[in-house]
Amino acid sequence: MSDYSALDFSPLVALSADEVVTHSFVRDVPLSQGRVLALVTLDNGRDHTRPNTLGPVTLLEFAATMDALKLRAARGDIHGVAVTGKPFILAAGADLSKVSEIPSLATGKLLAQLGHHALGKQSELGVPSFVFINGLALGGGLEIALNADYRTVDASVPAIALPEVSLGLIPGWGGSYLLPNLVGIENALTVIIENPLKNRVLKASGALELGIADVVFASATFLESSIRWADRVIAGTETVARPNVPGKIERLVKWDVAVGIARRMLESRIGTIATSPYVALDLLKAAKSGSRQEGFEREDDSLAGLISGDQLQASIYAFNLVQKRAKRPAGAPEKALARPITKVGVIGAGLMASQFALLFVRRLRVPVVITDLDQARVDKGVAYIHAEILALETRKRITSDEANRLRALVTGTTDKAQFADADWVIEAVFEELGVKQDVFAEIEKHIAPDAILATNTSSLSVEQIGAKLAHPERLVGFHFFNPVAVMPLIEVVNTPQTNDVTLSTAMVVAGKLKKNAVITRDTPGFVVNRILAKVLGEAMHAVDTGTPFDVVSEAIAPFGLPMTPFELLELVGLKVGAHVLDTHHAAFPDRFFESENLHKLAEHGKLLERDAKGKIKGYDKGALKIVAGGTTPMTATALQRRFEDGLADEIKRMLDDDVVHAAEDIDLCMILGAGYPFQMGGVTPYLDRVGASERVFGGTFHTPPIRGVGAVPALANAAE
Amino acid sequence: MADRAEVVFVDGVRTPFGRAGEKGMYWNTRADDLVVKAMIGLLERNPSVPGERIDDVAIAATTQTGDQGLTLGRTAALLSGLPKSVPGFAIDRMCAGAMTAVTTMGAAIGFGAYDLAIAGGVEHMGRHPMGSGVDPNPRFLAERLVSEDALVMGATAERIHDRFPSYTKERSDRFALRSQQKVAAAYAAEKIQPDLVPVAIRSDAGWGLATRDEGPRPETTLEGLATLKTPFRPFGRITAGNASGLNDGASACLLASGKAARELGLTVKMKLVSFAFAGVEPEVMGLGPVPSTEKALRKAGLSITDIGLFELNEAFAVQVISFLDHFGIDDDDPRVNEYGGAIAIGHPLASSGVRLMNQLARQFSEHPEVRYGLTAMCIGLGQGGTVIWENPHFNRKAK
Repeated sequence: MSDYSALDFSPLVALSADEVVTHSFVRDVPLSQGRVLALVTLDNGRDHTRPNTLGPVTLLEFAATMDALKLRAARGDIHGVAVTGKPFILAAGADLSKVSEIPSLATGKLLAQLGHHALGKQSELGVPSFVFINGLALGGGLEIALNADYRTVDASVPAIALPEVSLGLIPGWGGSYLLPNLVGIENALTVIIENPLKNRVLKASGALELGIADVVFASATFLESSIRWADRVIAGTETVARPNVPGKIERLVKWDVAVGIARRMLESRIGTIATSPYVALDLLKAAKSGSRQEGFEREDDSLAGLISGDQLQASIYAFNLVQKRAKRPAGAPEKALARPITKVGVIGAGLMASQFALLFVRRLRVPVVITDLDQARVDKGVAYIHAEILALETRKRITSDEANRLRALVTGTTDKAQFADADWVIEAVFEELGVKQDVFAEIEKHIAPDAILATNTSSLSVEQIGAKLAHPERLVGFHFFNPVAVMPLIEVVNTPQTNDVTLSTAMVVAGKLKKNAVITRDTPGFVVNRILAKVLGEAMHAVDTGTPFDVVSEAIAPFGLPMTPFELLELVGLKVGAHVLDTHHAAFPDRFFESENLHKLAEHGKLLERDAKGKIKGYDKGALKIVAGGTTPMTATALQRRFEDGLADEIKRMLDDDVVHAAEDIDLCMILGAGYPFQMGGVTPYLDRVGASERVFGGTFHTPPIRGVGAVPALANAAE
Repeated sequence: MADRAEVVFVDGVRTPFGRAGEKGMYWNTRADDLVVKAMIGLLERNPSVPGERIDDVAIAATTQTGDQGLTLGRTAALLSGLPKSVPGFAIDRMCAGAMTAVTTMGAAIGFGAYDLAIAGGVEHMGRHPMGSGVDPNPRFLAERLVSEDALVMGATAERIHDRFPSYTKERSDRFALRSQQKVAAAYAAEKIQPDLVPVAIRSDAGWGLATRDEGPRPETTLEGLATLKTPFRPFGRITAGNASGLNDGASACLLASGKAARELGLTVKMKLVSFAFAGVEPEVMGLGPVPSTEKALRKAGLSITDIGLFELNEAFAVQVISFLDHFGIDDDDPRVNEYGGAIAIGHPLASSGVRLMNQLARQFSEHPEVRYGLTAMCIGLGQGGTVIWENPHFNRKAK
């Protein structure tokens, strides 16, 4: 059995010289009948934009505070201990800023043990312990609360979660053991496994419903109410019901079944490459029985294994890209240069154009005018937008006033003169160079000379699209990903002619649309489509030469991508896919494959065989017949090597050609635009760690490569 | 036509009063949050009152800017979780802000326009020092409309000592000492605490909870008082010891028509009999309660001898002494300020009126032999305010 108090945590402290320490301040609060509550405030002395985090120095201070309170409790000076946070924040979890510097498995394990050592003291005070969840409580922040005897929550808390598995971690400071034993296995699976995958967090009401919090209090007097409640609990006049605590039957009958269901859900949703969700699943399963101490020790070992593994390091890299780099796009000109947008014109009234119009009107709340070849198409587009606004209103996502406002802002016309006062015009017409050139040349006659023009092209040269413009400097690529309302990325394409005002406006507009924008050069496929075309081209080439679909999928499975190449092709449309391959082959004939078979499959209409619910059952017989006949099949191993090396080669070329400024931008694009997983770090950390970079260009994308310290015993059987 | 109605004081609460300034317990607490917490505490104590039945919310403050501005009654109503249908407004009569909120709401209920109303006040003198941001019209001095002492409250109190040489500094100090002693005794007997709403307070050293007034100095002695500085004049008489302090705090009370109180099953703590405000020379503003009390008694058809309990705001000891002296009441008459007063507890200007009422209401419940009581206070720029209340617990046979 681990005696945490006997451990030497100094190796962790040595890593934490610049830790932003969250202090544990203690003030005594009088309760009824002369009793006293020691109220501990966690506060790092910064405002709410730098949340409390829990690093080694913080945890040791917390532990020392709890030790002192335990002595006071033994003397009868205090009758309860409560922990709360600074305004709006309890704690946002472990301080992960130093995780990449942890030098060994043993040090990683110490980090897990230190959390248990410190937070676990709340259950050994000799008096009741409380956590008043006054604000954000994520990861280790929520585990502070789980280690206490009782919890209250402020009704306005917007985020309570254990998001660890999305970062390649597990709740390792008690959460994996304590939560299922508090709220039952199914609720714990929701919080620890399902919510992180869906990027969901609980609000206060959810935390109460699941049984994480014992009681919720209104925000205005949250602390006062919590103290009064704690007073009654200590006095024994308040009984705390815990209906979700698992009983014998749940443990005997439900527990393993629920874990099994969750495992199958995970496998079908994310595959088995990402390890941490499965490690968490194993811990949850084991939490069914055994002592708290045993549960904590399992967490220590699991967390140590993950901390020293590659996936966690890649995930933290990816997390930082999404949280930080995405918010400060590389190469963006001064925001102050951006033109204010007071009216938007959308050329085209088809589905894509209508989705643009809807997004622009919702986010910018300025007049949006759509146009098309004839009134019927325009009417259809406006009707679609109005129907979507009505749907938002019906689902109570917007008020009826807001719906009226938005409806009134959307108009359709065939008269391009109505574009005269638009300052932003975006086209979503047929993906053909001549068509787009003509459309812009025509609209230019009607608009102000400095109105911004944006094209959503995915495969054409933006510069060429502007070839017929009198003012090509106002043209910028503005490439959305489907579905427009959901996907968070916009590739903003900067042509040699694009001026800074135009580029800045595009970046600011993207931000107002609540999208993350990455600036790319005007090269074929920009970033996301070029990389996807590489993967899909290799996949179809393998198929064309006789490799079975399954072998292709097997070859790319180690990436842990959200879907196989064939699912992706069906998602984007076989026709679009074939077109994308053709374009890239035309641009780079020696490196990108086109596929005659893919055109035939597009003609045929389907590739995968699905059941009535749309679940994939296999491959369509007709599709199998179309691709039959290849004579030089590859093995999965050989093809995996082609995927990896092909990507390393192409991405190196893209960086050498300055398509984007850094590998980080490639990864950001792939995470946000194609759903590439955190555990890969997007794509380049993965290519470094599998040796592809070394094989192809004798180096790595990242120096040093983004890797764990090695030895990963806990992972070996994690994915079983 | 609205029907005239009986006006009753159902319940009142306040926050503990803090010392103003950086070291005070409310330095990091917003003024509006103080009064909102008082209102929430009041509503929680009276759960049978449906929020939507509140007809109006009047909240007073003297310096109505920043976190103490923005039409306090309305913002406090919204922040307290009252339904959006409940209106509100802000009031200012300096020290008598909460008292004026009560009389204004009481008048609306008495006229029959309202059934239920919340009245209260707040003053965060740490964040909004007295006189901050004021720009007095130059005519006041140019045309000698007021003396230059009129805007400095301590100076007005010195002027009362000037006017009545028999009110010595020693007499003021003695009154102040008794106020400290009475407050200490009232705390020990749990007379004050039941009407306090605890407030969570933030400091650099973490969260705490305000459960008691910060001002009282039970260790006060006459000798100690004698040594204090006289900041308003050299060799003057007014000191920090015989005046109320600079404080932060808020109060709120629930008023109802007698009919509404019966309908909702509310306990009645006091009945409104009459009220009056009156003006005096601004440079002796502390004398204000004398004419306002005479007026209120006249309106009620009562005489000073009918009044069994007095809650007088102790802006300055000398100013209370002037009131007592005028009406022929001893400085240490047990009917006066039984639980002590503002010299010890503090005087966050616009919130004090309801504190007086809370204390009178509690004394009424303990003194069934008393039929009438009054709350009175002096007001800056030469005014006084008086509210006369009837004790619903009054029993002719009690003694």
